[in-house]
Amino acid sequence: MTQDLKYIRNFAIIAHIDHGKSTLADRLIQTCGGLTEREMSAQVLDSMDIERERGITIKAQTVRLLYTAKDGHEYQLNLMDTPGHVDFSYEVSRSLASCEGSILVVDSTQGVEAQTLANVYQAIDNNHEIIPALNKVDLPASDVEKARQEIEDVIGLDASEAVECSGKTGIGIDDLLEAIVTKLPPPSEGDAEKPTKALLIDSWYDAYLGVVILVRIIDGHLKKGQKIKFMNTRAEREIDRVGVFSPKPVMIDELGPGEMGFITAGIKDIEDTLVGDTITDMRKPCDTALPGFKPSVPMVFCSLFPVDMGDYEDLRDSLGKLKLNDASLHFEPEQSQALGMGFRCGFLGLLHMEIIQERLGREFDLDLIPTAPSVVYHIYRTNGEMVELYNPADMLDPVYIEHIEEPWIKATILTPDEYLGGLLQLCQERRGVQIDLTYAGGRAMLVYRLPLNEVVFDFYDRLKSISRGYASFDYELDGYDKNNLVKLEIRVNQEPVDALAMIVHRDNAESRGRQMCERLKELIPRQMFKIAIQAAIGGKVIAAEHLSALRKDVTAKCYGGDVSRKKKLLDKQKKGKAKMRQYGNVDIPQSAFINALKMGDE
Amino acid sequence: MFKEGQIGVYIHWPFCLSKCPYCDFNVYLRREHDAQDWLKAYLQSIRTYQSLMPGREVVSIYFGGGTPSLMAPNEVRAIIDEVTGGWGVSDQVEITLEANPTSTEMNKFEAFRQAGVNRLSLGVQSLRDEALSFLGRLHSSDDVRRALGIASKVFDRFTFDLIYARPGQTLTGWKQELQEAIPLMKGHLSAYQLTIKPGTAFARQVDRGDLKLADDDCLADFYTMTSDVMTDHGMPPYEVSNYGAAGQESRHNMVYWLYQDYVGIGPGAHGRIGYAGQKFSTEDYKRPGDWMAAVQRQGHGAHGHAPISPQDQFEEILMGGLRVKTGVDLDRAELKSGYTWCDGIDTQRLQVLVEQGWLSFERNHLSPSREGWLRVDSILPYILKAP
Repeated sequence: MTQDLKYIRNFAIIAHIDHGKSTLADRLIQTCGGLTEREMSAQVLDSMDIERERGITIKAQTVRLLYTAKDGHEYQLNLMDTPGHVDFSYEVSRSLASCEGSILVVDSTQGVEAQTLANVYQAIDNNHEIIPALNKVDLPASDVEKARQEIEDVIGLDASEAVECSGKTGIGIDDLLEAIVTKLPPPSEGDAEKPTKALLIDSWYDAYLGVVILVRIIDGHLKKGQKIKFMNTRAEREIDRVGVFSPKPVMIDELGPGEMGFITAGIKDIEDTLVGDTITDMRKPCDTALPGFKPSVPMVFCSLFPVDMGDYEDLRDSLGKLKLNDASLHFEPEQSQALGMGFRCGFLGLLHMEIIQERLGREFDLDLIPTAPSVVYHIYRTNGEMVELYNPADMLDPVYIEHIEEPWIKATILTPDEYLGGLLQLCQERRGVQIDLTYAGGRAMLVYRLPLNEVVFDFYDRLKSISRGYASFDYELDGYDKNNLVKLEIRVNQEPVDALAMIVHRDNAESRGRQMCERLKELIPRQMFKIAIQAAIGGKVIAAEHLSALRKDVTAKCYGGDVSRKKKLLDKQKKGKAKMRQYGNVDIPQSAFINALKMGDE
Repeated sequence: MFKEGQIGVYIHWPFCLSKCPYCDFNVYLRREHDAQDWLKAYLQSIRTYQSLMPGREVVSIYFGGGTPSLMAPNEVRAIIDEVTGGWGVSDQVEITLEANPTSTEMNKFEAFRQAGVNRLSLGVQSLRDEALSFLGRLHSSDDVRRALGIASKVFDRFTFDLIYARPGQTLTGWKQELQEAIPLMKGHLSAYQLTIKPGTAFARQVDRGDLKLADDDCLADFYTMTSDVMTDHGMPPYEVSNYGAAGQESRHNMVYWLYQDYVGIGPGAHGRIGYAGQKFSTEDYKRPGDWMAAVQRQGHGAHGHAPISPQDQFEEILMGGLRVKTGVDLDRAELKSGYTWCDGIDTQRLQVLVEQGWLSFERNHLSPSREGWLRVDSILPYILKAP
């Protein structure tokens, strides 16, 4: 039996981190009978540790709620929890594309944040009807009127009918459910008789079920045993399970037009199930795929090396396991002279990179050395050819380069007035170009164009420290531009240290080079010989330090028992040599380079 | 210097009246044992090694500690007699006893000589009272002069230790002290830079920041000056920290550095001994009680005798050989250890050090310069190939 479209509402929840999205979602689920009070204690939707701790959703999730409205009808509400960060903006856009409306959650004690803004514009781009919800009204610091004003001033949405609620206490939840039914539209199209057409919203790997695919049906049905085809990857499979989350997974017979749910089809490799793909019937396919599909492109790169060389295989396996669940993670083996064997990894953005690094450490217990994050440069050769540069160490000889282009972003920063000066200075230092500066109720909205490579460095940390944590930041990619970029090479005793190479703007090269030389001087232990540490562009040295030679290294006594002690030390030193890299006539421990990279994080 | 089969015997007496803040030796304060049993254990151990490695000739017996001058002279005599009774004895045999310059000990010097001791090593450490108290010593600078006076009358050969590069000590202050000490010497001195060993009282003070040591550059200056002054007075360095006129070198220590066999007896003592066509390392149990029990059980106090691989022997030969003026002959080291030296040594790097003037390398004979000595701990790891 096909559900009447009239009684279906598909909606997403949009919010800034910490504005109470998950608590509110859990409360909606509970009110509709999907959860008991006891189960409410944990946030149901964010199932990964990191998601819960950092309040970020990485994977989209849907929950089917059954709500009996005041009009007496039972409605099928499909709640969509979207990934909440710009790094996952494509995933967010597909999640939003599967819904007709959104609830915009704004913390009434905080007001609108940059991230809210980006997501709400995406929802508007997807023709969503939007219900503003002013959350946390139970708190004494709540200022409903100010929040309402900000929604109108900053976003430009009519907030006169915003629902005042509290996910924590349950105030206003009924009003919110009623608003979903009355204000949000039902799915506009959907024909049960047409060939199957469904949107692949997201997918993840489950150890028992294989790849689980989250879908939204446009036309036709998805049912068990059906032979399906993925129109972009051209993969063909047979459905073995169809279900919905309530939030517990419940198997059902089929999914019809307008509905959301999941299928499994014996798929082992998540790369066959790309977000945004169209699923159709193998025998009776639809004519055209859904618009908007694009494969994910990594934007930020860094190399990961195991601190202990013995962990290399583990690192490869662990990346493979993460890849099972994350088609946007890219990696390939890399050999560094300074740091040994590792992987060059590509990420959607900074947060994505951080999450992967953190999961490798936490879930797989790996001690890793990440190199400084970098972006993809477009190198135009003198012969007119363009090559993409993923790793600064692979930079071409400058004589073959006509020019270099780097990716830019459009950044939106919302900040309390008093930090504006510091933030303007930061953006200026990072080669930013101001696009817009507006004020709304004691807060400034700053729009800047910035080179992505200046942002991957430590921009976010600086922003947070300048604004004492109050400023919020979001960005979108904004094309490539030509610039005066150079490869800054760090050399020890005239030999380049590959892991420390970086692409920088010519104007910043001296100061960055000097910084790195000074840092290495501190970190490299004194050796028998003088060590020259240099920063160079091409053949030209732009900064240099000298580490003087060790004048004395001798133990005073070496008698009977000392021989055994010293022999043990010698064995350790010999073993340590394997972890060292020879630069000219000195051996330098890997740890010096590791620490140089670590300090870059500060 | 030594002939094939010549050995040294080290006797470790682990007891002291007090523990010095820089000392990390295996030392205990009280004597919780029966003197008779204790002596028996030494004698038993000696006999065990004599039957294990018969026919060897002893070039040195060394009583170290601890404070072996706390022993009764007749105990010392019994041990010397046991050693010389079961093994052959070189006519140049050196029998050294370590002692502190305290009044009770100096009164026993004559008795020790009569017991067979022919060389005394005095733990002087400094001629300055404030330094002696900083170093936790129980004697005064007056005691030092008195003890050295007696020693020079009683013994033909004696030596003493000084500790320098102490916190707060200036280069000129040390030069002055060293020059005052020279007339008190009889051709030999051990001068050690103050070294902080883990687990000592000084190490804790350093950790807390209460004790600051001189930096490498400053230590190098101290070392160079010491070496110059001693050379000027006819006692050039023959090892990193040991200075002596020709013929006054410590034969016992040369046994270690030239990798002759040495038997180590007593709690915590180490040995390197060859028998049954194999070289072994030995280490005696550290705690006096465990050691006694081991000797009673198995006839010696060692944990066991661990065979040393040719490569390890080779490296140990280099460790000692690079510390002495005479250096090390790689072909002889190869012969002695059974390890092919060019398998382990990076000759290119060796050449780098020769060019720096830190080593000389002629006809496969390797010897350090004074500048090389200053860095000798870095040299070996530098020239050995990575495994």
